[in-house]
Formats: sequence, C-alpha cells, structure tokens
Amino acid sequence: MGRFLLQRSGQALVAIFGVVTLVFFIQRLTGDPVLLLVPETATQEDIEAMRRTLGLDRALWVQYLDFLRDMASFDLGRSYIRNAPVWDILLSRLPQTLQLAAGALVVALVIGLPLGLVMALTQGRPVSRVIMGIVLAFQSLPTFWSGIMMILLFGVTLKWLPPSGTGTLAHLVMPSIALGLLSLATYARIARASVLDELSKDYIRSARMRGVGTGRLVRRHLLRNAAIPVISITALEISQLLAGAVIVETVFAWPGLGLLTVQSIAARDFMVVQAVVLLGAFVTIAANFAADILYTVVDPRVRLTKS
Amino acid sequence: MSAALAFRPRTLAAWWPAGLLAALVACAILAPWLAPMDPDRQNLMARLKAPGFEARGALYLLGSDELGRDVLSRVIHGARVSIVVAVSSVLLSGVVGVAVGMLAAYLRGWVETVLMRLVDIFLSIPAILLAIITVAVLGPGFINVILVLALTRWPRYARVAYGQTLALADRPFVRLSRAMGASTPRVLALHILPNIIGPLLVVATLEFGLMVLFEAGLSFLGLGVQPPMASWGAMLSTGRNYIATAWWIATFPGLALFLLVLSANLIGDRLGDLIGKGR
Repeated sequence: MGRFLLQRSGQALVAIFGVVTLVFFIQRLTGDPVLLLVPETATQEDIEAMRRTLGLDRALWVQYLDFLRDMASFDLGRSYIRNAPVWDILLSRLPQTLQLAAGALVVALVIGLPLGLVMALTQGRPVSRVIMGIVLAFQSLPTFWSGIMMILLFGVTLKWLPPSGTGTLAHLVMPSIALGLLSLATYARIARASVLDELSKDYIRSARMRGVGTGRLVRRHLLRNAAIPVISITALEISQLLAGAVIVETVFAWPGLGLLTVQSIAARDFMVVQAVVLLGAFVTIAANFAADILYTVVDPRVRLTKS
Repeated sequence: MSAALAFRPRTLAAWWPAGLLAALVACAILAPWLAPMDPDRQNLMARLKAPGFEARGALYLLGSDELGRDVLSRVIHGARVSIVVAVSSVLLSGVVGVAVGMLAAYLRGWVETVLMRLVDIFLSIPAILLAIITVAVLGPGFINVILVLALTRWPRYARVAYGQTLALADRPFVRLSRAMGASTPRVLALHILPNIIGPLLVVATLEFGLMVLFEAGLSFLGLGVQPPMASWGAMLSTGRNYIATAWWIATFPGLALFLLVLSANLIGDRLGDLIGKGR
C-alpha cells in the first residue's frame, strides 16, 4: 500500500509539472505573452515597460524556471486589470462555483443512480429502453440550451424561479439542474453497467435461489458492490462539473469561477484565465488521485493486484 | 445476427438516428438552396418578429433576430459551421491521436513513456478549459477553433489506439510481418490499423457530437466563430439576451444543436453495441 501510494503521488506530481509546463508554452504560442497582459489601448512604451517589469525580456529558459518557482510556491501572480492578487480574486469566486457543483452533483446522483438501477433491474423490457432513451437525450442536451429553455419556462413564463443571479436557494435550482443533467447520464449508465455486472455473478444467483427478495438483494448486496465504479466516476465528474460551470455560470449570470474566466478573457486579464486553468487541472489530478486511493480502500482486490 | 434479420422493418427503423444525421448533413451541404433568405441580410424594419411574420412577400417562418435576419435561414446555414468544424477537428485530432497511440504501443521504450505521459498531461486539463486558454492566446475564429479542438482532443484517440495496439503488437501476424522486414509505418497502416478501426470509429462518432457541443459552447462564450457567420452557439448567446421578449431566437438553433448531437450519440452508442457483440 505504501509503495502504491508513493508511486501514485509521483505520477500526480509529474502530471502537475507537465500541466504547468504546457500552460507556460501555450502562453507563448503567439510569441509575445506581453500582448496578453496589456489592454488593447496600450502604447509601444507601455508594452516595453511591462515586458521589463515582468522580466519577459530575458531568455526563455530563465522565464520558465521563474514560472516553475512561482508555481511551486503557489504564487499565481497579480492581475493588472483588477489590480489585485490572483489568489484573492479566485477565492472570492470559489464558494459560488463549489455551491453550484455540489447542487449539480446532488441532482445527478439523486436522479441518475436510481435510473441506472431501474434500467438494470428491468433489462430487456421496454421500460429499460425508454429510460435509456431519456438518459441519452440528457447527454446530448447542450447545457446552454437547456439552461436558456429553463429560464424561458420557469423564469419568464411561469415565474416560479428567478431567471438568473444568485442569493437564495431558489437561484441555485436551475443552474444545478442544467449542470447536473450531463453527469446524470453518466451516473445512470455507470450504475446500470455495474449493477448488471453484479447481477450476473454467482452470489446473486444463489441469493435469489435462496429466495431473497429483490428489495433486500438490492439493499444488502448490489449497492455495496456496485458502488466502486460510482466512486471513481465521481472523481472524474468533479472536474467535468468545474469545466461545465464555465458555460452554465455564463447562462445564469452566476458569479463563480466560470463567469470570472469568461469576463477575464473579455477584459484580457490573462493572469486570471491561466490561474483558473491551472486550478482546474490541479483539481482534476487531485480528484483522480483520491479516486485511486479510495478504490484501494473500498476494494482490497485492487490493492492486491496493484502491489 | 443473420442477414435476414438485419432487413426487418423494426431493425431498419432503429436506424432513424442515421436518417436524422443524414438530413442535417444534407441541410449543411444544400444550405444556399434550402435557406429561404440570405442568412446575413439585415432588415431593420423586421426586427424581433415572431415566427410566421410576413413582410413584402418574405415569410419569416421561424421569426427574425435582433437585426431582422431570418432565423430559419441562419439555422440552416449554422449547420454548415457546426458540421464542418466538428468533422475537421475529429479528423485532425483522430489522425494525430491514432498515430501517437499506435507508435507508443508499437515502439515501446522511451517513446511510449514520453508520448503516453504527454497524453496523461493533456487529459488532466479539463478539455473546455484547455480550449478556452488556447483561444484566449490565439484569438477566436473559424480555423483557430478547429485547431484548438484538435489540440484538446487528440489524447482521447491516442489512449484508445494505444490500448488496442498493445493487444495486437505481439500477435503472430504482426511479428511475422515485422520479421520479414516490413517498416514501422507499413506494419501500423496495413496490419494494425485495419484491426483497431472499429473501436476508433465509435470514439470518433461520440467525439463528433462532443465537438459540435464544444464549437457551440465556444461560440456561445464569444470565443468561437465570429459574427456575422451563422453559428448555433452564437445565436444562442444572442437569444439568451432576448429570452424575455423573443423566445424563438434561442429555441430553434438549440433544437437543431440538440438533434445533431443526439443523432451522433445514438449512432455511436449503437456502433459500440454492435462492435461489442462482434467480439
């Protein structure tokens, strides 16, 4: 277990290092990163001054080492547009995005898992096919369209929910559903596949022969064993949700990290855009890491085969 | 499955997603002839008119937008942007990704380590964020969107091609051809690729749907195809601003988008089932 943990941590570190390097080189795709940091109205002198201040007139490898050092000490720099440390800006928006992601996860789990379970238990019957159709439709819904349609129906026409903005729990309902629908489909599919897989195993068949009812079978045997893939998918979904938040937050004017990203691109505030991307990647890597660890805790078989 | 079964009407009907996709592709190809009006022609006298509005013999079947352009014509032309961007980026990322994956699995050693680590790194940045930061640097636009989507998605194909090739690389027919002096490109193209193309097609079909969504998403955020070019994503963005007064601007492009993505996902799903059963 210790060796696996060490090896896995090493991999995560390599991935983080790689992402930082990738972001550094993406910045330089057009050759001159200074142009990403100054307003469009900047004069040639402004640009030169900025270049010297930031040390962008030095050799590329010096800049790269500098960037690595900043990242290693969690220094995300300063936004010249908002004139504030990037960390402060991120932290002021993070809670909103976490709220939204949590809401979406609840929607996806509470609706997705039971749908998957029902699909598996009714396998081969029309019910199963109908639910599968619905799930596929959810998966194909562009969040920015389902979001706008919800605003139209519940916000504008029926006036049940506030069309956009933040503040109360009612504000959270539509964005959570819009963001959660995509993950809902993933959960339903995973739950269906893993329950079907468990259903075909001997212990279930022998339990059925002993006369154990479906309800008890599901509660006592199926759910526990089918939970493993669900846990690992949740890790992957967290990064999906954060990425999806960019669009959903724009649709609902939800002031989280996603809206911040879009506003920062419009304002040419590249330091903030870069920070959000790094944060997203970091969360993804951390979530994958956590999933792998959880896996070995929940399922001792994984531990045995990996070490 | 026997050939007789395949032609039963029910089996044919089950292929309706392919029909839907074909119809949308036809719309894209025939857009200039199908669209009742020039999609970019503005008519400030006919702004924000509801579906069915008629002015001087011109019928706005799906209404008009904030500049008095015909929504139906723009939806039809929007199919072009969506499909061309999605197909190009799928081809580009597919070719690069498959080549990388096959080479890594076939050559092994340091090539494998470097390439597959690179794949891991790309996959650890959420795709939409990677696309956003790259567009932020390169600037928006039709060609840039295709490049950015390809850059973001090639690792997906690389993973699949890698896994599939690994399973084949030690099989006798590959080893034989190698022993007889076949070059690496020859072995990969003639012996390995034909045997792994099935799963790759499934991935490509599902990715097509995803690329349509990504393009629309980037255009919705103002980072994709630039106005006045008709893109469903950009139309949705406008429509959002007029949602309280002109519901049709957002509704119809979104519906088209949904149908295109749905058909691709249904086809990909079915292909996956077929290939899974064939094994």
